[in-house]
Amino acid sequence: MGRVQDKVCLITGGTAGIGYSAAELMCREGGKVAITDLRPKEGEAAAQTLRDQGYAAIFIEQDVTSESRWPEVIAAVVAEYGRLDVLVNNAGVGAATDLEESDLAHWRFIQSVNLEAVFMGTQNAIKQMKLNGGGSIVNISSIEGIIGDPRSAAYNASKGGVRLFTKSAALHCAEKKYNIRVNSVHPGFTKTPMAESAGDLFGPDDLVRIQHEIAVGHMAEPQDQGYGILYLASDESKYVTGTELIIDGGYTCH
Amino acid sequence: MGRVQDKVALITGGTAGIGYATAELIGKEGGKIAITDLRPVEGEASAQALRDQGYDAIFIEQDVTDEARWKEVVAAVVEKYGRLDILVNNAGVGEQTDLEESDLAHWRFVNSVNMEAVFMGTQNAIKQMKLNGGGSIINISSIEGLVGDPRFGAYNASKGGVRLFSKSAALYCAEKKYNIRVNSLHPGFTVTPMVDGAIDQFSPEDSERINREIVIGHMAEPIDQAYGILFLASDESRYMTGTELVIDGGFTCH
Repeated sequence: MGRVQDKVCLITGGTAGIGYSAAELMCREGGKVAITDLRPKEGEAAAQTLRDQGYAAIFIEQDVTSESRWPEVIAAVVAEYGRLDVLVNNAGVGAATDLEESDLAHWRFIQSVNLEAVFMGTQNAIKQMKLNGGGSIVNISSIEGIIGDPRSAAYNASKGGVRLFTKSAALHCAEKKYNIRVNSVHPGFTKTPMAESAGDLFGPDDLVRIQHEIAVGHMAEPQDQGYGILYLASDESKYVTGTELIIDGGYTCH
Repeated sequence: MGRVQDKVALITGGTAGIGYATAELIGKEGGKIAITDLRPVEGEASAQALRDQGYDAIFIEQDVTDEARWKEVVAAVVEKYGRLDILVNNAGVGEQTDLEESDLAHWRFVNSVNMEAVFMGTQNAIKQMKLNGGGSIINISSIEGLVGDPRFGAYNASKGGVRLFSKSAALYCAEKKYNIRVNSLHPGFTVTPMVDGAIDQFSPEDSERINREIVIGHMAEPIDQAYGILFLASDESRYMTGTELVIDGGFTCH
């Protein structure tokens, strides 16, 4: 028996980085996964890699910022697997913000992917999960949902929003007795395509500052985040809701 | 392979409640266990119950507030199993404080068990763990290390102290590159002998207030806390240090 045996897991941004690592772990622990992404070629390849290991996995093309697409994606998951037990709202963008020079279009782009999509995903997942007796929603925030960064204003706002929205959704589901838990994960700097491209936006001084903050002295592997997501997805965490799992090598504890 | 295969775990207050549930789970996942407690009869019986399930388990009598005894306890663990990988500072007392009528002796009793013992346990574990290449220390704080309670002044202080001491110890170990992680766990109300004892002291109004705060509407089982401890004890959480795992059914998220 796996730790998420026969649970059906939908993971946005599941073709690479933390999302793909979580998908692999869910599969290894008996789950069935649907990964979504903007990029169909990479997505199909990632799903095929999972199937090649003997796992139940499908890819669904999705722009997480499209409101009308969300019900279709959930319906596709239910058509394939009959239910939805776990949603990992993982898709995100990391972009630096110049507070004095940036415009509203930049701000809205970041919020639409990192925050609005989490709202829509949570809302649509709740509608399905309450039909099948409960579930677990894992929203990927960030250490930047906890502490500020002078170069990441829009990202900070979006991830701080995810942190508190998650608590509100957890309380809503508890009040309604849906047996749906909602929690946030707060990764520190992790070796993913997103963090690597964000790294290009930082100056040398920023990188020294960041390195100094990581108490354990190195970045995380995607799997370090994947294991936290697995714990929150599984029934092992059945008493955990509305809380924050910080996996940051000590970044935010000082 | 268990999730803590061959790891040696020392669990204070390990004869009942959260401590015993943790010992059982660590045993099931391949670990070797030493449980300690003030009460030798109950302690030997609990260790026997673990051995009856096929686990490696010993009992060591310990008053966690006794500074000299800590060295002997760690030495006894090393004598039996050759190393120390995991310390769960779990022993604690839950006592109400009447803020206007209580005396310093009451204050010191609560803080000696709940906080001073965590300092001494952490210190002694570090000395051993650095010899065997690293380890994981889990300090059991409480939701009362996060939110105040008008009836628990001393308990609040002790558990808030554990929360921040854990971060300080995590940073110390990271700085020294000991590969020792230190985290705190924050249980909400859990069905244990300690909480049963505390609840007996509650007025009906307090009980009602507390029930209202537990958004999912029921208390935790010891196993709910144990799974969190197992996660922090295992290498799955190797990038987590200086952080807080809150398992409280939504108590503190609103």
